[in-house]
Amino acid sequence: MTWNINNLKSSKAVVFFEVEILDAKTKGKLCFLDKVEPNATIGEIKSMFHKSREFNGKSLKDEDVLQHLPVGTTATLYFRDLGAQISWVTVFLTEYAGPLLLYLMFYFRVPFIYAPKYDFTTSKHWVVHLACMCHSFHYMKRLLETLFVHRFSHGTMPLRNIFKNCTYYWGFAAWMAYYINHPLYTPPIYGEQQIRLALVMFLFCQIGNFSIHIALRNLRPPGSKTRKIPYPTKNPFTWIFLLVSCPNYTYELGSWLGFTLMTQCLPVAFFTVVGFFQMTVWAKGKHRSYLKEFRDYPPLRSPILPFVL
Amino acid sequence: MSAPAMGPSKTMQGDAAPKKKRGPGALATAYLVIYNVVMTAGWLVIAVGLVRAYLARGSYHGLYYSIEKPLKFFQTGAVLEIVHCAAGIVPSSLVLTGFQVLSRVFLTWAVTHSVREVQSEDSVLLFVTAWTVTEIIRYSFYTFSLLNHLPYLIKWARYTFFIVLYPMGVSGELLTIYAALPYVQKTGLYSITLPNKYNFSFDYYSFLILAMVSYIPLFPQLYFHMLRQRKKVLGHAEDLSKMD
Repeated sequence: MTWNINNLKSSKAVVFFEVEILDAKTKGKLCFLDKVEPNATIGEIKSMFHKSREFNGKSLKDEDVLQHLPVGTTATLYFRDLGAQISWVTVFLTEYAGPLLLYLMFYFRVPFIYAPKYDFTTSKHWVVHLACMCHSFHYMKRLLETLFVHRFSHGTMPLRNIFKNCTYYWGFAAWMAYYINHPLYTPPIYGEQQIRLALVMFLFCQIGNFSIHIALRNLRPPGSKTRKIPYPTKNPFTWIFLLVSCPNYTYELGSWLGFTLMTQCLPVAFFTVVGFFQMTVWAKGKHRSYLKEFRDYPPLRSPILPFVL
Repeated sequence: MSAPAMGPSKTMQGDAAPKKKRGPGALATAYLVIYNVVMTAGWLVIAVGLVRAYLARGSYHGLYYSIEKPLKFFQTGAVLEIVHCAAGIVPSSLVLTGFQVLSRVFLTWAVTHSVREVQSEDSVLLFVTAWTVTEIIRYSFYTFSLLNHLPYLIKWARYTFFIVLYPMGVSGELLTIYAALPYVQKTGLYSITLPNKYNFSFDYYSFLILAMVSYIPLFPQLYFHMLRQRKKVLGHAEDLSKMD
């Protein structure tokens, strides 16, 4: 790095230095400090240099208008390379198609999963068939919502997310499916009662989750990225908006609790718990940004669980 | 994994942009000094125990039994370090520290303690020795750092000994897990089989093999991280060239 000390500017009685820092190898300009005290030490200038390279501001959106930004008459925009990106739709479709197909492979007991004598056999427990239908319905619903319902705020996400997300969804799906479709599977202790209750929970929450997705979609005109406060609509499944900011996650939790009860399978319970943790993090974040963006945000609402969380 | 536990060193000269983190208050510092002194003493006890037992028996065989109790006590005590991270009184990463401590505890209890047949293996001595030397240096390093009085020798030792101790410890650990495999398979230790009402199974034998395999990606990463830290800490500080 070389130092260029330019134009001693005087304003009133104070004399400031402008300090320009260049890269010693490429001679490219690295940093321009325009108000450096004359008694600043090199150590302090080093600090200012490092600080100027930290980027703490929020990213701007495509829709932001220049004159509405909080800058003076000279705006400095920082370019940040986000790295390789992939579209949200692609990620969603891939991460949901996996569980759908993998589960079916276990359900149909394709070779090399269970002992050879079980290849292509079917389970004798009817709850296993029911579970397959529910699981498949759930992921088909997700795929169709991705294609026709959701209006995404962001076009893309970092490429490495697809590997992370697919590992999570595909891994858990295979792990659950292995046990539910296993020849030695043990059906729920309380039998038909338990399965019936679980199915009701599951279906109720699937409809609820879908209703929320539709309500959120309708908040946003096609092709736009506007954000508005969601409110209960005529659909009773949306009345939960009175108590919760992200009822889509609430219903999702309910669906998986239902599925856990239906299958009485510990790996499903683990999946439900992990999903709950992640959705709670997302719900809290969403809730916080609602509060920040809207002064008149309803105070009664909790992020994900009414009154509790 | 044994890894001379990493956490960023507390005193790094020539750090141009120190991040201002909520460091420990006076009470926390006093507590940490006591903690680190006690741990240093504990691992010294283990070291002395090993040496004395060796001199008494005249062989390396079966030295584990002479230090079994202090080893379990002090290695398990390191779990407190996870709490320190969570409480924010040390700057280390919670995830990294948690992983390091839990892998040590796993080896101590779930492998060495649980499978008596491996306790007389020489591989146990290998990793216990590596851990002992590493921890004595590490805890004294922390102690001196907290007192703002770090002798260069300790800093040098901390960032140099690992070059040998780390592979030594990893070898000892892997050989020990490997030695435990046949016994685990035979007895079905810690394993759950189908059918059961939770529709869950766990094969400890496969889990141990998976653990061994995980060393392959993890060990080089941690090792090279330490090498980079060594360069940064023991190397020369960044300096700007004078005006051309």
